[in-house]
Amino acid sequence: MISSSTTESGTAVEVAGLSRVFPRRRGDDVRALEDVQLTVSQGEFVSLIGPSGCGKSTLLRIIADLDAPTAGSVTVFGKSAQQARLDQDYGIAFQQAGLLPWRSVADNVALPLELHGTGSRARKDRVAELLELVGLGDFARAYPDELSGGMQQRVAIARALAESPRLLLMDEPFGALDEITRERMQGELVRICAETGAAVVFVTHSIPEAVFLSDRVVVMTPRPGRIIDIVDSGPGDDGRRDDDFRDAAGFFHTVARVRELLHGGPGAHAVAAIRGVENR
Amino acid sequence: MSRALRLLGRILLGTLGVLLLAGAWEAYKALGPSNGVLIGDTTVLPRTTDLAMPHVWEIVTKFSDPVNSFSGTDTVGSVVWSACLFTLKLSAIGWVIGVVVGLVLAVLMARFRLAESAMLPWIVLSQTVPLIAIAPLVRRWGSQIHIGGWVWSSENSVSVIAAYLAFFPVAVGALRGLRSPDATHLDLMHAYGVGWWRTLVKLRLPSSVPYLLPALRLAAASSVIGTVVAEVSIGLRGGVGRLIIEYAQSAGGDPAKPWAPILGAVAVGLVAAGAVGVIGLLCRPYRRGEAT
Repeated sequence: MISSSTTESGTAVEVAGLSRVFPRRRGDDVRALEDVQLTVSQGEFVSLIGPSGCGKSTLLRIIADLDAPTAGSVTVFGKSAQQARLDQDYGIAFQQAGLLPWRSVADNVALPLELHGTGSRARKDRVAELLELVGLGDFARAYPDELSGGMQQRVAIARALAESPRLLLMDEPFGALDEITRERMQGELVRICAETGAAVVFVTHSIPEAVFLSDRVVVMTPRPGRIIDIVDSGPGDDGRRDDDFRDAAGFFHTVARVRELLHGGPGAHAVAAIRGVENR
Repeated sequence: MSRALRLLGRILLGTLGVLLLAGAWEAYKALGPSNGVLIGDTTVLPRTTDLAMPHVWEIVTKFSDPVNSFSGTDTVGSVVWSACLFTLKLSAIGWVIGVVVGLVLAVLMARFRLAESAMLPWIVLSQTVPLIAIAPLVRRWGSQIHIGGWVWSSENSVSVIAAYLAFFPVAVGALRGLRSPDATHLDLMHAYGVGWWRTLVKLRLPSSVPYLLPALRLAAASSVIGTVVAEVSIGLRGGVGRLIIEYAQSAGGDPAKPWAPILGAVAVGLVAAGAVGVIGLLCRPYRRGEAT
């Protein structure tokens, strides 16, 4: 059931016939991605899910132009991935918050603005606004080592949003957080995305996380990384993604559907799927 | 208040350490056999005669004695003091040259793989050449340099030799430091479309500070040693190195005298290491990651 539920006109990311092979010395090359097709519309939240080694992070890195495809094409807002990167069309967050330890929280959020020549006055206003958005207004002068993991990750998200990108790329940003912090961060991400209207490509290996956050869940298999199916994940009856949605029948139905797809692959993949995916 | 107390405690501990050392010296001198402790024909602990181990108070009071019986003007202390300043100045110049050269080499090696594979083996090899061998060479090559009215002096040779020892820990430490940023940080800089040189300034240099500070301290100690040894092997007057040789010759009649410039050299080393400690304090924000 491949569908394209466009919430706004225009596409943010277009991936066509994409393959990525990591050459290895003795000829047994690793085919990380094979013939991947994916379209992400503007303002849409798309999750990539699959067991470890299915190439979902590689796909994200190729969209971010941190890695190059072996074959196929990537366009971001109608431009090449490289041009989109140079134009700062996306913000990015990783599993590690990746804050610079010698910079205060405010200076960390200001880093991209500083590198791209925003004036110090405008920078200060924008940083205050962003820290308010992620709920860390009181921590502007703290240093990363004084913050909890969840707070650090919120700083990283604020930094990714600094230049108001229309696309957010997130590589398991909540992967290292405990379950309680994680659910709260998911709720905040839904709110932030609604406020900024950015499209999101979100890599995860938690099925409930993908279903809770996404308009569409892209289910992938490992070696070679392929898309098995793309599952629509509509919000609850009241049209809101909140804690009630986590208890809704539709939520459980979609979780079951994604799990079935992950486990129901060809026999060889089933073992890897059980090992690599969290079913929490 | 508690900070002042802690400082006082540290000063007391330091003084106690020195006193313990002096006490151990006197205790061994009083209790040890006068011919030293021998295993077979090998002396494993020194003789305890006044000639080999003068009393601590004799060493201390020596500083206020006149240098020799003919000139009643200068004391040993004032001569050692000015020699220490002389040596400290030369080794400071050597340290600065060594740090600059070491940093430049490290940046080149971090930037170009080819530079690393071409230079690193030679940098390691350079430290295996005995200092005694290169000191006269440096002086001979230097003496042929005349730029305008400026003429290469033996002092310059000594500083260059000190730099020769000092650059090594800096080059190796800084290279490790420049390579230390996480992959996430480097990806981030790439995503921002920032080039290598700006990444150097914004990311690589700041994150190399925890690696750089021990290297700078090591370089300070090395440059003091290099200066003293170079003073001896070049035969430059005015520094502690020369004084150690000079006073050693009068050890027969005046056994406490050679210890004065030796303690002076120790003091120079402590001052040099302390100066780097001050740099460490200034770089405090960049050391936040060190504890974890």
